[in-house]
Amino acid sequence: MTSVSRAARTAWRTGLHAVPTALGVVVLSFLLLQLAPGDAVDVLAGEAGSATAETMAEMRAHYGLDKPVGQRLVSYLADLAHGNLGFSPRYNMPVTQLIWDRLPGSLMLAGSALVLALIVGVALGVLMAAREGKATDRVLSVLSLIFYSVPAFWIGLMLIVLFSIKLGWLPSGGSQTIGSSATGIAAVLDQLRYMILPTVSLSLFYIAIYARLSRISMIEAKGQDYVRTARAKGLGETHILFRHVLRNALIPLTTVAGMHVGGMLGGSVVIETVYGWPGLGRLAYEAVMGRDFAVLLGILLFSSLLVIVANAVVDVLHGIIDPRVGGNDATK
Amino acid sequence: MPPSNVRALRLAPERVPAEGRAAEIVSLADWPSVEQPVVPLVPKSAPSRARRLLSVIGHNPLAVSGGAILLFVALMGLTSPLLYPGDPLAIVAEPFIWPGTDAAHPLGTDSLGRDMLAGIVHGAAVSLQVGVFATFLGLLIGVSVGAVAGYFGGWTDVVLSRVTEVFQTLPNFVMLVVVVAIAQPSIATLSVAIAIVTWPGVARLSRAEFRTLREKDFVLAARSLGFGHVRIIVSEILPSALPPIIVTASVMVASAILMESALSFMGLGDPNVVSWGSMIGAGREYLRTAWYMCALPGFAIMLTVLALNLLGDALNEILNPRRQVRR
Repeated sequence: MTSVSRAARTAWRTGLHAVPTALGVVVLSFLLLQLAPGDAVDVLAGEAGSATAETMAEMRAHYGLDKPVGQRLVSYLADLAHGNLGFSPRYNMPVTQLIWDRLPGSLMLAGSALVLALIVGVALGVLMAAREGKATDRVLSVLSLIFYSVPAFWIGLMLIVLFSIKLGWLPSGGSQTIGSSATGIAAVLDQLRYMILPTVSLSLFYIAIYARLSRISMIEAKGQDYVRTARAKGLGETHILFRHVLRNALIPLTTVAGMHVGGMLGGSVVIETVYGWPGLGRLAYEAVMGRDFAVLLGILLFSSLLVIVANAVVDVLHGIIDPRVGGNDATK
Repeated sequence: MPPSNVRALRLAPERVPAEGRAAEIVSLADWPSVEQPVVPLVPKSAPSRARRLLSVIGHNPLAVSGGAILLFVALMGLTSPLLYPGDPLAIVAEPFIWPGTDAAHPLGTDSLGRDMLAGIVHGAAVSLQVGVFATFLGLLIGVSVGAVAGYFGGWTDVVLSRVTEVFQTLPNFVMLVVVVAIAQPSIATLSVAIAIVTWPGVARLSRAEFRTLREKDFVLAARSLGFGHVRIIVSEILPSALPPIIVTASVMVASAILMESALSFMGLGDPNVVSWGSMIGAGREYLRTAWYMCALPGFAIMLTVLALNLLGDALNEILNPRRQVRR
């Protein structure tokens, strides 16, 4: 079977599998949100400070919040089938648009953190596995355990203290210089400066996970028969390390990294708060606080879909790294 | 020559840690050839496992320091009503006293004049309570679901696995924020919320364990003796499935503490108690002038979580000898 048709089969299988999961996510979150005290109109009225009972009832009728739960769920699902995620009373715009506005910021942050974490994590893991049991290994092991134990928001604040307040090298928050008229390369560089601290704070935890995981899977792979065979064939150590050991160690690593894609979007709430970064996590937090449940449902659904897509990508990657994987449905 | 024998022989001595090792090596050296049957080198009985646990922890300086830190934090939390009998949220001195400048307030005071050390001592109790409650609840739900799914299999398994998957697909932290916003924040609701996002992992793990173990002879024997399902699950399979679950539990306490601190930092913690996360949240506005207000409680979180993770690593080495990679 060619790798293209295998990828297509994986995508198809994942798609079939994803529909009930996504539906479960929507129904579960919808019902959960009904338990929350107060709705968007309460919060809006509270903020306006001058709403009568009549105007509040009118607003509820306008946004369809006065209908019974079952009816609202059905109409939400019907809208969803048409790709309509509803309307946000708070922001006064369609949820789809709100999410599209915030998505690039979130994807940029999560994406760059994931890439940084994978590069640094695997590099550390390879180094530790190569020096297994020696001082380098021990020091780096403890260091990665420390990374693993540090709260991301705290390290974010400490990085601000060091690099923004004490040294003045990097901006302490925001996503670009306000009122900057820079374009082209200058604008990109400007944005990069704002991304460094959030990306580093978000990635430390994942660097630790990938370093520990790749260390252990590399050490495990080193003891396998095919590595001994490769060595017996007279292959160079570097060649063995990268072509045989690392390649096999990558399988558990990609599985875990795939699971993190969704978590990073959600988990970046605190980082987005610390750095005032305009992303989906922050939007979700504001939606909870403003009882803007259409927005929240949209985000939950969207990030769940992202998790499902990420898992599919991981399945395809496994097929590429290890051709024995994914050839038939039995292995799944 | 069966290759598995060779491998087991080569790996076996290294798997038996510390004290047991010398005796094993002598007996291995006496073996005339690799064709000898492999004697089970990892003792199964409970007392020797406990002894092994102590001896391995004793020979692992990192685990010892982890245990010491954790003991210290636990003592701090337990004795907090004695050390600082008053309300840690009470104003006791002038604000912004830097740590180390006033002997009466060794870690200084915050922006309102509350004692930092009192907050950190009381915060230890809150962090540990949430960590332990949340882990207990998460284990209870996760192991129950995983045990039932893995033991019964079939449709039960399909349905429960699907439910687990839905919960696992939802982004953890957003879910946490939602649950805490629905139920008013308190130590109890924070623990429940954390348990809600952590149980799926436990469920998957215990499902896998139960699926493997239900095929074992001792389960068949129990079944043929007419034991009920509940009895088989709880008193026959569960004890054998416990080691990996215990290892997970130590990491779960650590991550529960991290989640609690993040929620409190966002202002979603219990407003009536002082917690490390809320102290950092309160100090954030004064980052420019008084960064120690954020640094100190965060350091406490880091040390506690690090201690738990160090212990988790040591437990993993002892309880999962087959999964663990030789050193």
